[in-house]
Amino acid sequence: MTDILIMILSGTGALFILLAAIGFVRMPDFFLRVSVTTKAATLGVGLMLGSAAVYFYNSSVTSRVLAIILFLLLTAPVAAHMIGRTAYFIGTKLWKGSIMDDLNGMYEQDTHELNSSEEQAMEGPMRERNTEDDTGF
Amino acid sequence: MSQYQFLYYGILPVLSISVVLVFIRFIKGPGVVDRVIALDLLITIGIAIIAMYSVITNQPTFLDIAMILALIAFLGTVAFSYYLQRRKKND
Repeated sequence: MTDILIMILSGTGALFILLAAIGFVRMPDFFLRVSVTTKAATLGVGLMLGSAAVYFYNSSVTSRVLAIILFLLLTAPVAAHMIGRTAYFIGTKLWKGSIMDDLNGMYEQDTHELNSSEEQAMEGPMRERNTEDDTGF
Repeated sequence: MSQYQFLYYGILPVLSISVVLVFIRFIKGPGVVDRVIALDLLITIGIAIIAMYSVITNQPTFLDIAMILALIAFLGTVAFSYYLQRRKKND
């Protein structure tokens, strides 16, 4: 019974990690790749660590596994948000199929301050919509 | 099929293929930020490989190293994003 549970957990986790890797190679844009990284890899690694916890069936291992899963769940969105914000500031190009960019013209270029109202945004220089023609891999 | 065979011949090759696919993007990636998140994903898959290896070899000590790797992945991503943002501002 435990064997079957370990096989199901690790197999599902490996499937999610494989899907994340395929999506990471196939996605055409940086911002789409970030979403693949943070969602699927976190769930896959969580299921894998869960199968390890089921296998050892030990309170010390289970607490360690829970600590790793909690740490991953806490830090993955923070890291993805920071690297996505930086990527928007340094001018990473959007995919040509992206139809909207809500942050366009809302950021001060020097101070990185965010304006939320439309009137203030119109005064600032609108950054031209840059898209990349390359559709990725 | 026993559990050992399933983990050794089923799960670990799938994880290896995932590492190779992410490494393709790591080499090919158009910008620096693509490489940064590729490195993050490589370390995350490494945590999964360490977990499977600790089950196969029946040694739970390897999970400590997985914890340290999770910490290093987060610190690396945050440090790279901070550095890239600063570099743009100073230019």
